[in-house]
Amino acid sequence: MSVITGNKAVGVETIGMTMRFGALTALGDVSVNVPAGSFHALLGENGAGKSTLVKCMMGFYRPTAGDMLVDGREVAIASPRDASALGLGMVYQHFTLVPSLTGAENLVISREKVPGVIDWRKERGDLAVFMDRMPFKLPLDVKVAELAAGEKQKLEIIKQLYLGRSFLVLDEPTSVLTPVEAQEVLGLVRDMTRAGDLTVLMISHKFHEVTAFADDVSVLRKGKLTGTGRVTDLDHKRMAAMMIGDQPIAVLDSRAAPKPDAEIVLKVRSLKAPDRTGLKSIRIEDLGVRSGEIVGIAGISGNGQKEFLEVLAGQRPRDTGEVMVRGTPYAATRAEARTLNVRLIPEEPLKNACAPKMTVAENISFRTFDIDSNGKPVSWISAGAIKAFSARLVEQFKVKTASLASPIASLSGGNVQRAVLARELTGEVDLLIVSNPCFGLDFSAVAEIRARIMKARNAGAAVLLMSEDLDELLELSDRIFVMLDGALVYETPIAQASVQTIGEHMAGHH
Amino acid sequence: MDATEIGLWGVPLAILGGAIRVSTPFIFVSLGEAITERSGRINLGLEGTLVFGAMTAYAVAVMTNSPWLGLLAASAAGLCFGLFHGWICKFPKVNDIAIGIALMLFGSGLAFFFGKPFIKPKAPNLPAIPFGAWSDIPQVQAALDVNVLFLIGAALSLVLWWAFRNTRAGLIVRVVGDSSDAARAMGLNPNTVRLVATGVGGALAGIGGAYLSLYYPGSWTERISSGQGLMAVALVIFARWNPLGCFAAALLFGGAGALGPALQSVGVTQGYYLFYAAPYILTLIIMVATSSPTRSLAGAPGELSITK
Repeated sequence: MSVITGNKAVGVETIGMTMRFGALTALGDVSVNVPAGSFHALLGENGAGKSTLVKCMMGFYRPTAGDMLVDGREVAIASPRDASALGLGMVYQHFTLVPSLTGAENLVISREKVPGVIDWRKERGDLAVFMDRMPFKLPLDVKVAELAAGEKQKLEIIKQLYLGRSFLVLDEPTSVLTPVEAQEVLGLVRDMTRAGDLTVLMISHKFHEVTAFADDVSVLRKGKLTGTGRVTDLDHKRMAAMMIGDQPIAVLDSRAAPKPDAEIVLKVRSLKAPDRTGLKSIRIEDLGVRSGEIVGIAGISGNGQKEFLEVLAGQRPRDTGEVMVRGTPYAATRAEARTLNVRLIPEEPLKNACAPKMTVAENISFRTFDIDSNGKPVSWISAGAIKAFSARLVEQFKVKTASLASPIASLSGGNVQRAVLARELTGEVDLLIVSNPCFGLDFSAVAEIRARIMKARNAGAAVLLMSEDLDELLELSDRIFVMLDGALVYETPIAQASVQTIGEHMAGHH
Repeated sequence: MDATEIGLWGVPLAILGGAIRVSTPFIFVSLGEAITERSGRINLGLEGTLVFGAMTAYAVAVMTNSPWLGLLAASAAGLCFGLFHGWICKFPKVNDIAIGIALMLFGSGLAFFFGKPFIKPKAPNLPAIPFGAWSDIPQVQAALDVNVLFLIGAALSLVLWWAFRNTRAGLIVRVVGDSSDAARAMGLNPNTVRLVATGVGGALAGIGGAYLSLYYPGSWTERISSGQGLMAVALVIFARWNPLGCFAAALLFGGAGALGPALQSVGVTQGYYLFYAAPYILTLIIMVATSSPTRSLAGAPGELSITK
């Protein structure tokens, strides 16, 4: 028995795991060995079969062929319940915690056996004892909805340990975390594997995480195992080659030299607006974005970035302050956006920038369907023109779609984002407002989308980029602001930017 | 001045008495709806359930001469309505609000159909406890004549408030109402939980109906509910899905409903009809005052179709 969790890590091995859905082979003959107490990374693009493999392991799918060994013994896992009885648990990419329940309530209710009437005094005592042994410290009496993303992720992991799991599948555990949070969470998890309390299989597509934390790595491509080995024996280039094969990856344009005297396109002054709880407000004292630069806004989600974007997009009324685009007051009406060439790429594009059930062609034409080539309003909408216009953009932005008439909701996340980029980046762009453009997208889509944003900057657009991914901000921005509690608290030019300092400001330790 | 002449003091007293009398069906319907909505469904059909419960209770009480059997029958009928709603809503692409409206009309219509022969006969009433017996003043006695169902409703709201935090069933209902995905990950079947929650909600609404026909106003007519079931649904949102809030809001609505009769009783002859509209105006004012385009509704269950 280990001192930390009271569990002992188990080793898991799959032998010749195969999963066919009809004619489609989602997983073909995959054998992966994860010894007890190791930290194993599973790399692969979206659709490479990573989820299928772990779902077979966890009993969500019944594999067409293949065996599972747990601690060297062959086991039959027919349902998630069987998996949890063997100590196998999974932390999903999307949180499975219940937002309106407190941490303690979430833990207790997820247990196999919950008493009809819960004795909270006893449960709290037990939880305090349990938490004392945990490397994570968390407030358990706060509603989960009020926790930061990093805390939620920790709570998800704690929940699995609380349920007595000793083999964890982590499905892209850091996709919603800040780099500092990611470091912390993965570091603590690795310490637990080193102590022999836990075995971890982490799905990821971030190479630096794999290199920094994992012992071994297996790579999947198109349902096949394309490589496996010690992380120390592989470099990023080898891993990338195994992961994406030889398809081309978009390369970021080199940054055109910034012009410090370029026109200030976006100017925000003493802006004040209520946030979504109505209890606090966001206050932007002074922010200017010049033509040909990318201004990044970093911050842990929930610090007012979303509200700020909504104000700029005209979705949220402001109490006071002004937003000026090229010296003109801007209230984000359709006419203003059109004359001032303001374009917007909000986060979760399918939800916030598309009409999901309308076709790809219609969605791509939202900005242009009601004007003719001279910018004059038309009284009859031409389906032919919409089709021709969107066909050209689909081609140009490499949107993969079955047909122009498919509903946009049927596209993959990367292709929805490509379609939105196609719409927003076509024509003159003077101001581009972007929020978390690469969230949840795969390698090649991320590279391509970042390249497009950089291209827009080099072509002279002023870009305001809000992102929870600090790597992205460091890669793209010319200046970085940190947003905390609704205000911009720190500014640094990219040349002097350090992850450490930015992270401290994000966490409010200044 | 003799003891029965208490002048303007009659108004607050009548409002208090009215609040207790009028609020009881609101309490039951809103508690039922709170359970249903906490599980992630809206049952607008409770208006129909209320009317059908009133008819069933009255009819059974007339036939068996026992108001308690009437009450039981009303809650059983409510349970059936609730289960029916819950069962239909489990099918994909079924909208719970549309089904609720259909069931509201269906319940009322069915009640009118079966209730025709029971408009005339007199049913035995549910008993009340005379808490005002210490006083000689008839108005005080009348105001403090408290029906047992009011007390049960008050106790029930406390119990539910406690149960949502401290029992397995309460937590499960909240889990399902807040996130179907989380519930499934825990091995819970959201449809089953919602079916039961809607059934219980219907049963409580049936009891509310029994109170209408067996105590106050105390007879079966087709206009017995006048939208109380719908107002109770609004009241749940106003009460932020909190059972204690439901109780307080029901009292407030009951008091508002008693304003018109109270003014009339002290001799206000003009404009008191306006005060009959007080509960409806109050509903509107509360809904406008508590809604906001920029704020999300605090405490709303995440799976509710109106808040998603």
